[in-house]
Amino acid sequence: MRFCVMVRATKDSESGQMPSEKLLGDMVRFNEELVKAGVMLAGEGLKPSSAGARVKFSGDTRTVVDGPFAETKELIAGFWLWQCKSLEEAIEWVRRCPRPFEHGDCEIEIRQVFEAEDFGAEFTPELREQEERQRACLADIGKQTAH
Amino acid sequence: MTTDAHRTIAAVWRIESAKLIASLARLVRDVGIAEELAQDALVAAIEQWPRSGVPDNPGAWLMAAAKHRAIDRLRRDELAERKHSELARELDAGHESATEAAAEALGDPIGDDLLRLMFTACHPVLSREARIALTLRLLGGLTTDEIARAFLVPEPTIAQRIVRAKRTLADAEVPFEVPRGAALAERLASVLEAIYLIFNEGYTATAGEDWMRPQLCEEALRLGRILAGLMPAEPEVHGLVALMELQASRANARLGPLGEPILLLDQNRARWDRLLIRRGLAALERARALGGAHGRYTLQAAIAACHARAATADDTDWAEIAALYRELAGIAPSPVVELNRAVAVGMAFGPAAGLALADALVAEPALKSYHLLSTVRADLLEKLGRIDEARAEYERAAALTRNGRERELLLARAARAQTPAR
Amino acid sequence: MKYFSIYIPDQSTNPGRPSPEKEERMNKFVAEALARGEFISGGGFLSIKEHGAVVRRVNGNAIVIDGPYAESKELLGGFAMLEYASREAAIEGAKRFLDVAGDGECVTYRIME
Repeated sequence: MRFCVMVRATKDSESGQMPSEKLLGDMVRFNEELVKAGVMLAGEGLKPSSAGARVKFSGDTRTVVDGPFAETKELIAGFWLWQCKSLEEAIEWVRRCPRPFEHGDCEIEIRQVFEAEDFGAEFTPELREQEERQRACLADIGKQTAH
Repeated sequence: MTTDAHRTIAAVWRIESAKLIASLARLVRDVGIAEELAQDALVAAIEQWPRSGVPDNPGAWLMAAAKHRAIDRLRRDELAERKHSELARELDAGHESATEAAAEALGDPIGDDLLRLMFTACHPVLSREARIALTLRLLGGLTTDEIARAFLVPEPTIAQRIVRAKRTLADAEVPFEVPRGAALAERLASVLEAIYLIFNEGYTATAGEDWMRPQLCEEALRLGRILAGLMPAEPEVHGLVALMELQASRANARLGPLGEPILLLDQNRARWDRLLIRRGLAALERARALGGAHGRYTLQAAIAACHARAATADDTDWAEIAALYRELAGIAPSPVVELNRAVAVGMAFGPAAGLALADALVAEPALKSYHLLSTVRADLLEKLGRIDEARAEYERAAALTRNGRERELLLARAARAQTPAR
Repeated sequence: MKYFSIYIPDQSTNPGRPSPEKEERMNKFVAEALARGEFISGGGFLSIKEHGAVVRRVNGNAIVIDGPYAESKELLGGFAMLEYASREAAIEGAKRFLDVAGDGECVTYRIME
């Protein structure tokens, strides 16, 4: 499964303030762990929203607004693409992620990804089947190790 | 734990189990015992973590639990006498040979153990089937049931295969080490082969089959990437990763709506995964930069890269592909390689040239029932205007294929065959 | 210049998964962007409710505050990694995408290089 993992912005990241040497080093090491584990597919830091834009279509109305944007909590400061066997594995890796910024709590959003051409595909039944199988095989771990 | 506890523990296990087993194997010098101790640690985690939460350093927790259990077993004299004294020494707080301690201070001790485990699981004393099962079990962290479903065999078969494999390793007293010098190349080849066999098993899975089968491609890719991180200076490791990334990039385009296989040239290239193509091309570059352009996996990856770079089937550099297959035939000859070369030569230099190569394969016993040989010959014969022969070959291919939809398509081609327009 | 763009469809006028016809048009759009070298990678998101999570790190602990299986919005949409010669081109690209994908918003970020 592929996951897009997005680090939500904070006042720090939006102000363009770079984290300390220590935090940067921790993040570099975390990225190396992801690569060594065969999980990392891609990863990038993003510039503050001041370098970005919002384009919105609503009926006949089209608006283009240049950053920066006020709603920090809805903005993103960086992202990864990971290959994991399950959502829980992605969550576990996020748990191991070092703090990205000096101040404030950090929120990270995890979304499972479809390829664009699969929009509308009848995936839901197969995905449900996948879940069933995962549950079944986890029950096996318990079974096998019981003495 | 706010999400399902068992699913979370399974996720942690996937991340930690190979390293845990590897470190334990170095201590106890026995892969089978190492795995048993690791499983004991897992049981402890299943018992405790739902209440206490996942520890901050799950790997360290599991290792401590495993060592604890090892001490218990020692006390109950469960281990063989020679292991007993070795293990006792190792577990003795702080005791380590001076050289070991010095070696560990440098480099990546856990990575080294992981590499030792990979080579041990793929040891030539084991059958190919055993190497695959053991690799998926010890390095992939897959359950016996998952492995069984992935390979369409009963679970007890896999369970026995793994038990026997561990016993074989113990009886042969296979040392827990990374081979050195002249032996390394050959041993590495068996590791790469095992990973690629796992990938291929997943790649041939068709829609509607057990989800575990296509999952094998992801497993193999993961293992390949891990190995590339552990042996970054080995070109063929990068070559294998490149090959798998590039083949996997086509996974979404390979099957039609009715589950029928779609040949590469007929695939909708918009469905090819661009991220995997980028990664595959980058890995291929690494292999070449390390001087590995002529390795068997790197050559196959280079062929896959030719296809990946072509925006449409018509843009394909067939002359390059023909040259690469010719080189591949030189170092890793096989009837299938020769058949693929025939196709490439036919595309690059005309159907007569291609047919000459394909005709030479008709006598090849390995391809006697291979429907693609007939399909290829039929296509070339049609292009040469030899319609009756082409029709016969399409019908022959239709009779040989086991896929119903493919049979229909081949019979349709037989019916439509006509002299090509000039 | 590399960009990362998030597409959020309008929940009221453009909810749920696109129709097969729209899906076809979106595929064609992506294929053309690919051929122009603008599209690097991308994909649609599955809903947070069943296939995602939001994790908050507080004092070294990680707490799942949304999804999976929780009561949360069924937000779909997706993302893309893109390459454009200029910011103006990136904004143009977003407009052309929205023409095809329908009502909603593209939030585009410049990737740090």
